[in-house]
Amino acid sequence: MTLALKTTDLARTFDIGKRLIGPPRGQVHAVHPVSLEVAQGETLGIVGESGCGKSTLARMLVGLLPPSAGTIEIEGRALDRADPAAFGRLIQYVFQDPVSSLNPRKTIRQIMETPLRRLYGMRGRALDARIAELFDAVNLRPEFLDRYPHEFSGGQAQRIGIARALAASPRILILDEPVSALDVSVQAQVLNLLADLKAEFNLTYLFISHDLAVVEAVSDRIAVLYFGSVVETGPAEKVFASPRHPYTKLLADSAPVVGKPLGGASHGELPDPLNPPPGCAFASRCPRASDLCRAEVPALRRIEGDQFAACHHPREP
Amino acid sequence: MSLFLRLLFRNKLAGFGAVVLGVIVVLALLTPFLPLHPPNETSTANRYLRPLSDGHLLGTDHLGRDLLSRLLWGTRLSLAVGFAAALIAGLVGAAIGVMAGYFGGRTDNVTMRGIDMLMAFPYILLALAIVAVLGPGLMNALIAVAVVNIPFFARNIRGVTVGIAHREFIDAARLAGMGHTRILLTEVVPNIVPVVVIAMSTTIGWMILETAGLSFLGLGSQPPQADLGSMLGEARSALITSPHTSIVPGVMILLIVMSVNLLGDGIRDALDPRLRSGALARPMAATRVDRAQVPPAKGDALLDIDALETQFQVGRRTYKAVNKVSLELKPGECLGLIGESGSGKSVTALSVMGLVASPPGVITGGAVRLEGQDLIGAPYELLRSLRGRRVAYIFQDPLSTLHPLYRIGDQLIEAIRVHDPVSRAAAHKRAVKLLEDVRIPNPAARINAFPHELSGGMRQRVGIAMALANDPDIIIADEPTTALDVTVQAQILALLDELRQRRGLAILFITHDFGVVGQLCDRVAVMYGGRIVETGPTQAVLDAPAHPYTRRLIACVPELGGGRRILAAIPGLPPAVDQLPEGCAFAPRCDKAQDACRRGEVTLDGTTRKVRCLFPEVAP
Ligand SMILES: Nc1ncnc2c1ncn2[C@@H]1O[C@H](COP(=O)(O)OP(=O)(O)OP(=O)(O)O)[C@@H](O)[C@H]1O
Ligand code: SF4
Ligand code: SF4
Ligand SMILES: [Mg+2]
Repeated sequence: MTLALKTTDLARTFDIGKRLIGPPRGQVHAVHPVSLEVAQGETLGIVGESGCGKSTLARMLVGLLPPSAGTIEIEGRALDRADPAAFGRLIQYVFQDPVSSLNPRKTIRQIMETPLRRLYGMRGRALDARIAELFDAVNLRPEFLDRYPHEFSGGQAQRIGIARALAASPRILILDEPVSALDVSVQAQVLNLLADLKAEFNLTYLFISHDLAVVEAVSDRIAVLYFGSVVETGPAEKVFASPRHPYTKLLADSAPVVGKPLGGASHGELPDPLNPPPGCAFASRCPRASDLCRAEVPALRRIEGDQFAACHHPREP
Repeated sequence: MSLFLRLLFRNKLAGFGAVVLGVIVVLALLTPFLPLHPPNETSTANRYLRPLSDGHLLGTDHLGRDLLSRLLWGTRLSLAVGFAAALIAGLVGAAIGVMAGYFGGRTDNVTMRGIDMLMAFPYILLALAIVAVLGPGLMNALIAVAVVNIPFFARNIRGVTVGIAHREFIDAARLAGMGHTRILLTEVVPNIVPVVVIAMSTTIGWMILETAGLSFLGLGSQPPQADLGSMLGEARSALITSPHTSIVPGVMILLIVMSVNLLGDGIRDALDPRLRSGALARPMAATRVDRAQVPPAKGDALLDIDALETQFQVGRRTYKAVNKVSLELKPGECLGLIGESGSGKSVTALSVMGLVASPPGVITGGAVRLEGQDLIGAPYELLRSLRGRRVAYIFQDPLSTLHPLYRIGDQLIEAIRVHDPVSRAAAHKRAVKLLEDVRIPNPAARINAFPHELSGGMRQRVGIAMALANDPDIIIADEPTTALDVTVQAQILALLDELRQRRGLAILFITHDFGVVGQLCDRVAVMYGGRIVETGPTQAVLDAPAHPYTRRLIACVPELGGGRRILAAIPGLPPAVDQLPEGCAFAPRCDKAQDACRRGEVTLDGTTRKVRCLFPEVAP
């Protein structure tokens, strides 16, 4: 198994209430040290609630945000500086809001040309041929190229976003909630397209979403994020079917499923990031919490087979 | 461009300003070629000639110089200086603003503090100080006016740039290998040009006035050179004896500034995307009603939406957003309204209480009866007394109903006292109780929080508390959990369900999520292209959908526990409601479509279960 992506203790803190001079008023640990390994050709799903650090993690992986600590390796090569141009040929990003990710004042052709020109120095006929090829790959008609972004529906705009990401010929695609803004009937079109592209171009995916069912449907492995930390990882078919971490269990119970009674906990929220609790961040909502949990942060450890959880008292399957 | 001009001239005043300014600018441009006296030619014999005297159409000034000639040359100069100052201020200010907004952090902090400091000085004082340092002269006056106006542009443009710099297409450009300079020039700047143009067109008039002011004080143009301000200044001593020497340049200044400002406002309105969409007219208090006949009353439902038709008339297009929709709600019942984006769910909901914005919205048919009383076309006072008291709304974004600057407690108290004249203390007690009802921990303290201090889930609870404030019979909830996380969504759904059981609330629940409908609703109605295509008891519809659209939509939705799989998709897009096909709106995407489906109207048939399809999957 060759690794496509490996992070070692990747972390990011943000300063809050910066002042002109002097130290900031506080710090928020948006991502606690995260170590992940993604195999070549694998789809790793990342789920978690808003504010749990999904997008911060993703933005570090593509070099849009410098990490505070830790390293990123892509196909064995370390990327040590946050330079999107250096990352761009290896790893690309597909954004959540398809329309806002396209500059309203550029034609689709101009948008598509940028990565090819900037990253590969392509010109003239080769450029046109490559764009036609990419458009064909995402099932868009070539006459769309001379239109402006506002003329497209969400689903079409997202295909354009995917085509632009593919233009950089990356090895890895980060898909940050790629279908959340789309209608259900269109969502499935885009997900199926992504599956085809992955096979065709031999890609590796990081699929970020808050929709558990979608993540389960497209992923090989799933990592669950809570309050900036990975709390559980495992094979897609096991993580929600037999969750080991109490938070994963809560997520699975909360997802609305036809024929299942209304579930989930009646209250509870993420802790205050400016003032995090000392032990396990989930302790205040956890039915299994003990004194140990409130004192000591649990580390991610192997529970059984390839299922890992960061919990002092993991659930039995 | 032609659209821009049409919009501009729709505003009569702007058109008037454009014409006046056009004439003045043409005159100023032609001045060197007109048969005029030289502007600085003195003739002591002809001092203070009245207007309309021989050879001097507007008379002469204290040195016997021809006023018409001086006026035109002066206008030329004043306009040139004003435009130049606006251009400099606009460009420099925009450059500062773009840099500060794009790079943010320390750059932003330092420049903006500097700008704040400049702005703290009174305007004219700063200009005077600059001229005092540089010395009098027209060029220096120009610089002073430009500098004084830079902060205004810098601030404005910075704000806009910050908004753009955080848009995702900037990140995309970086990932495509663009450097900062290139991003600034090709991604950011094109998006702020309209803003700069707007800001310039609305301030240029003042800059002309300010330059004239400096010249009036003798700090701008130096004699014998004429600009409008210096002409006024020189005429000051003869204000009583020869008023025309003051009136002539004065009227010109008035005309220029007025026409520039009228035109500037017109340009702003025409470029502003919000005003562009036809929202120039003030919205009406309740949706406009224009229906030919009222369907006869029937049944005894709590809320009876009967053949409701709501349209948007934008230009020559008519969007049939809601097309003969009929729904019934009994006390304590929860009805789910499900459909994709643009299918007309929200417009249906808003039409009930006349909340669709008019223009462009019009209710063109049908009735909405609350216990038999028709609300469509009801007087505004009646609608207002019913809004909140009998029928309350919960929206997707609670911030749209909560005012960001008031404490949630005050807003709740206000909501209670609108319909119920109780004392503040009593209302306060009820507000605390409401927050407790929606499970907000520590309500007595939280009541003093501002909306932004609460998390999204908490805010939506407050939104529900607001809706419950006057004990309504019906709650219309438009995607109240779509923006929330699953665990919070589960909490809110459980809360709504409990409130329904406890208070006997009837709920119209709008969503695009079958899972939510399945868990919460007794009955469900599926909307497509502005129409109901299927309705029936939730379980029956979900178990055996009768309409091909319903069946395939359900198949699109992955369910948790299914493992890795290929999802079913519906090819194509939902129809645009301004060009609905004849016959069944789903026909272009339907794999069972026959010729008959594309001809004539397909009716909604059935009794408890109804379906609008010629070849339903199961008999309704
Ligand atoms: N102010 C408006 N001017 C013109 N058309 C409008 C306006 N508001 C809504 N429409 C049109 O009415 C139709 C129905 O819109 P509506 O908001 O009811 O859809 P919806 O089902 O609530 O969608 P969503 O799931 O996105 O909330 C759409 O085609 C929309 O474009
Ligand atoms: S460590 Fe303790 S509190 Fe945290 S999830 Fe596990 S059992 Fe619950
Ligand atoms: S009426 Fe015809 S086209 Fe429409 S849904 Fe039924 S079978 Fe399909
Ligand atoms: Mg809506």
